[in-house]
Amino acid sequence: MKGDCEGCKKPATYHLTEIEGGQKIEKHYCESCPHVAGESIAASSKGHTPINELLTNFVLAHQTGMGAGPTMRDVAECEVCGLTFADFKQSGVLGCERDYTTFEKDLTPLLARAHEGASHHIGKVPARRNNPASLGTAAGAIVKKKKPDLTKLKRELQNAVESEDYERAAKLRDQIRRAMAE
Amino acid sequence: MKLSDLTTRAGEWLRGSGPMSDVVISSRIRLARNVGGSVFVNRLSPVKRREVERRVRDAIIQSHIAEKRAEKLIYVDLEQATDNDRQLLVERHLISKQHAAAEGARGVAITDDETVSIMVNEEDHLRLQVLRSGFQLDEAWEQIDQLDNTLDEQLEFAFHPRFGYLSACPTNVGTGIRVSVMLHLPAMKLTGEIEKVFRAAKELKLAVRGLYGEGTEATGDFYQVSNQTTLGKDEADIIANFRDRVIPKIIQYEQQARRKLMDERAPAVEDKIFRALGILKSARMLAGEEVLFLLSHLRLGVTMGRIKSADVKLMNELFLMTQQAHLQRMLGKSLEGDARRVARADFVRSKLATVN
Repeated sequence: MKGDCEGCKKPATYHLTEIEGGQKIEKHYCESCPHVAGESIAASSKGHTPINELLTNFVLAHQTGMGAGPTMRDVAECEVCGLTFADFKQSGVLGCERDYTTFEKDLTPLLARAHEGASHHIGKVPARRNNPASLGTAAGAIVKKKKPDLTKLKRELQNAVESEDYERAAKLRDQIRRAMAE
Repeated sequence: MKLSDLTTRAGEWLRGSGPMSDVVISSRIRLARNVGGSVFVNRLSPVKRREVERRVRDAIIQSHIAEKRAEKLIYVDLEQATDNDRQLLVERHLISKQHAAAEGARGVAITDDETVSIMVNEEDHLRLQVLRSGFQLDEAWEQIDQLDNTLDEQLEFAFHPRFGYLSACPTNVGTGIRVSVMLHLPAMKLTGEIEKVFRAAKELKLAVRGLYGEGTEATGDFYQVSNQTTLGKDEADIIANFRDRVIPKIIQYEQQARRKLMDERAPAVEDKIFRALGILKSARMLAGEEVLFLLSHLRLGVTMGRIKSADVKLMNELFLMTQQAHLQRMLGKSLEGDARRVARADFVRSKLATVN
């Protein structure tokens, strides 16, 4: 019966939609039969509270606007790992690095919510990436070496002086001098 | 070095030797990283999962990260480890509860002094962690930054020009950094001001959790404050926010609350401290939660100079060694119910015999 667990026939609490050869297959499992459903359920019950909360809000917002049920985007698969956006909504985890490119459009609003509106990485870049020739898969943008932020350094210097951390203050002073000389 | 060596002594972070250790227990930084070109852990077949685990393990061993700091490295295959050993590692903050409970090929590399731990095949292929005693965020960053560079040379971590370091869960993407500072805030709890910390943290998009991170309650007045945002802010900014603003403020509030307690309610506070000592020195059975609660008051007494014959190191050691897996390892057998409570009380009494 639809809505009963495929493992033990108790009422199901997990509902999966899988696409196999263009066919939509619905599967239902209860909480005590996770082995039947494999890793996607294990991942979803692992406790990603924040991302699951975000996802629920996100899915609800989507549904009111576009009607319930999976959209075309939901069933499109990543060519590397086979993940669909519907899988992601269920588990809260992505399957491979390519997913960030495949689902970039869908992930953007979600990332903004999770990260105070941010959409781009700022910070450390692997040393090898500073050489544009070695840039791998993604869009091919050239990551420039970050310029030191003078205002920030000055603010930090002030903080260090106020808290009487003179060793740090001296380091910051040198950094500021170097940055100004560049 | 063997895992069993761990139970005989406390790691660097427990020595209570770091700056501000009356309030700050430890400073921790972790980085989420994935091996470039491999699918994430949750999509790996068992065979591929084992391959990734071997590859990462080899990279860690070949990088000589421990030897560079005159330390030794221990690698624990968690699939083979006993439940008690896994629990032991959780109690020492070297692996997460999730990593202990998971299935499949996975492990952890730890340095001798326990400042470095690298979980392999947790939610991400690698979770690098540096854990240091007291308030030492800059030192922790310096150490983890180098570690990250060394391992990146071999594993070429997944990186995207727009999204930064790629993680299985999008809440970690970007820097992949989580900065956590563990605080002991008994005075603010007693004065009821602890709510202020929660409110301020929420406004600053910081999480406040219990002793063992995600999904654990604050017990024994221990609170872990950590960042949630990993995209759009650089590492230096995130660390500076903790180092220069958030944590100094909380330390200041806690120290004010301690002074205020001594000025206005000295007899009541001393009563709490010495009652805790009395119970700990005489009880024949102690439950896990109870011991945390009592040790918290005792630690307050030590840091406020009311108990002079014990130090912070002994307090931290008691917090650790009275936990289930440590007790079991110390006594070399599994202990249930009353037997465990008796063993815990025996241990505490022996350690506090000369404290008054």
